[in-house]
Amino acid sequence: MSDLLLEIKNATKIYRGRGAGGARHETIALQDFNLSIPKAPAAIVTIAGESGSGKSTLAQLILGFTRPTSGQILFEGQDVTTADAGRQREYYRQVQAVFQDPFGVYNPFYRVKHVFDLVLDNFKLGRSRAQSRDLIEEALNVVGLHGEDVLRKYPHQLSGGQRQRIMMARAYMLKPKLIVADEPVSMVDASLRASILDVMMRLKRENGISFIYITHDLSTAYQIGDQMFILYQGSVAETGTTMSVIDRPHHPYVQLLVDSVPVPDPDVRWEGEIVLPPDEELRTTSGRGCRFYPRCSKRMDRCQAAQPGLVSVGVDGHRAACFLYEEVHAPDA
Amino acid sequence: MSHSTSMTEANAPVLRVRDLRVYYETPKGDVLAVDGVDLDLFEGEALGLVGESGCGKSTAAMGILQLVNPPGRIVGGSVELGGRDLLKLSEEEVRQIRWTRLALIPQGAMNSLNPTMRVASQIEDVIVAHEGAQRKAALRLRILELLRRVGLPERVYDLYPHELSGGMKQRVCIAMAIALNPRVIIADESTSALDVVVQRVVAQTIQRVRHDLGMAMIMIGHDMGLMAQMVDRIAVMYAGKVVEVAPVRALFAAPRHPYAQLLIDSVPTLRERKPLRSSEGITHDPRNPPPGCIFQLRCPHVMDVCRSAAPRLKRVGPGQWAACHLYAEPAAEGGRHE
Repeated sequence: MSDLLLEIKNATKIYRGRGAGGARHETIALQDFNLSIPKAPAAIVTIAGESGSGKSTLAQLILGFTRPTSGQILFEGQDVTTADAGRQREYYRQVQAVFQDPFGVYNPFYRVKHVFDLVLDNFKLGRSRAQSRDLIEEALNVVGLHGEDVLRKYPHQLSGGQRQRIMMARAYMLKPKLIVADEPVSMVDASLRASILDVMMRLKRENGISFIYITHDLSTAYQIGDQMFILYQGSVAETGTTMSVIDRPHHPYVQLLVDSVPVPDPDVRWEGEIVLPPDEELRTTSGRGCRFYPRCSKRMDRCQAAQPGLVSVGVDGHRAACFLYEEVHAPDA
Repeated sequence: MSHSTSMTEANAPVLRVRDLRVYYETPKGDVLAVDGVDLDLFEGEALGLVGESGCGKSTAAMGILQLVNPPGRIVGGSVELGGRDLLKLSEEEVRQIRWTRLALIPQGAMNSLNPTMRVASQIEDVIVAHEGAQRKAALRLRILELLRRVGLPERVYDLYPHELSGGMKQRVCIAMAIALNPRVIIADESTSALDVVVQRVVAQTIQRVRHDLGMAMIMIGHDMGLMAQMVDRIAVMYAGKVVEVAPVRALFAAPRHPYAQLLIDSVPTLRERKPLRSSEGITHDPRNPPPGCIFQLRCPHVMDVCRSAAPRLKRVGPGQWAACHLYAEPAAEGGRHE
């Protein structure tokens, strides 16, 4: 049996279609992605990137909504795409999801309790009414909510923060080992975000649940994340512990990204104006070379010829995909 | 007189909003979306208007622009721009003022540009509608100059909106907003749908253009980091009311209203890992706010008086005003209007 909870090996997802005039074109949504999460201790692994970076494609692959074009996704050593029905069912219980829109996932005509009833029914959890009630109550308590009052409400009577915490409670009820949280706080107000992040940290610490935390927001990742992957147009630009990636970014894109997050301090304002050449904003991909070549301030000729692989740039697996660091450090095995 | 006089006493505000009330009609009674808002915007300054979703900040902006649509309606108040109360003008008079004196950079550029018209024609429409027909060659030069100002290349002139990235579309909206050189622009979450790097580019474009042309701006948003970067003063709204107004530094360093304190304490940063304060969101029915202070149900400092009397904005520091019973009304400042 593997010591790894989740292992993703060289996962690649390519969408093929026809563009204007019927010309074939390929979109590489995710390229050669590798990740592993040990069974213990539980961890919050952040996948960050802008729109089109492939972070949601990765979520869909992990949740089994789509299959990789190549590569493998192993859960406790089993390839989830080739598992039999029984094992897949078990997988769908062990891996839960919380999505961005805390309203869209509710049926507005049903009270909140319905969300829990569906899960209890689907996975045959509560053997009696009393047991079902206990399970629900426990799950609500874990996310800091209480009792019948919440269950009787309709979704629109809750704040976005409460709705999202109920989704966490729903996921918790199944005692999963992994929760894929896809932008769980991006539609929730800043002052309410903390309550959701707090629940994630508690579920990790007290219940040993790991998270794949998908976000475009580096600041919330910085508050709760253990490991971090920064994606740029389908490839990993930089990875490592959250602290090292954000405190000491190496990849020119990650440096630009970290520098562009507005600092909530009026005395530390942006220095200098950055200019994005318009064609580069349009993300015209540059053939075989580094995806960041068109926007990069430190680009070299060789960056056009081939895509750089991840090389070590620091401790604890801190790696960046940039030729700037290739000669200085020996690449990781 | 107003909550900002202490800071900029010499100047009359460019835009003066008093007791603005915008309600939404529902079968169960009116939602008091904006319930007695006062704001002053001074020459050349950027004023941030912040608060959680549903606090009424965007509705207040639509009220100022006279763009409230049913079931919403402006119930009362005044919006003075250059000495004239927009609420007393006819539809046609307001239309003339919009774009020429008061312009909007909208939230989602994707939905506010006409997908069937080239960029140039859309900007041209704005100019011609207000200034009348003019020579094609002169118009072209003027539009190219606007594009240059917002950092767009010339070829955007002939493009359709779908050919542009989100950041470029947003900059076309900025070009339209400044086309007639208004004195006041209102930016309603203008960068919140953009990626972080592009957001910075667009935010800096707004800032540069505003300085170049000397425009004042009300910037509506919920990203406190962006506010810290962009504005001079901040007004914090909660459930339809302004609960604190302060210079941006004072608000971040020493917020006084308990809700503003919560807002500041819940801002995550990239500089330190800290426990963030959490809260529940607006908890009362917006059709039926409790008597007394609007924040009493969530306030950690709630007192008996908060349940009966609504606090007025009181001066709590230089240019800083908070609507909270924690702060006694200084005798010298007691003459505030109500």
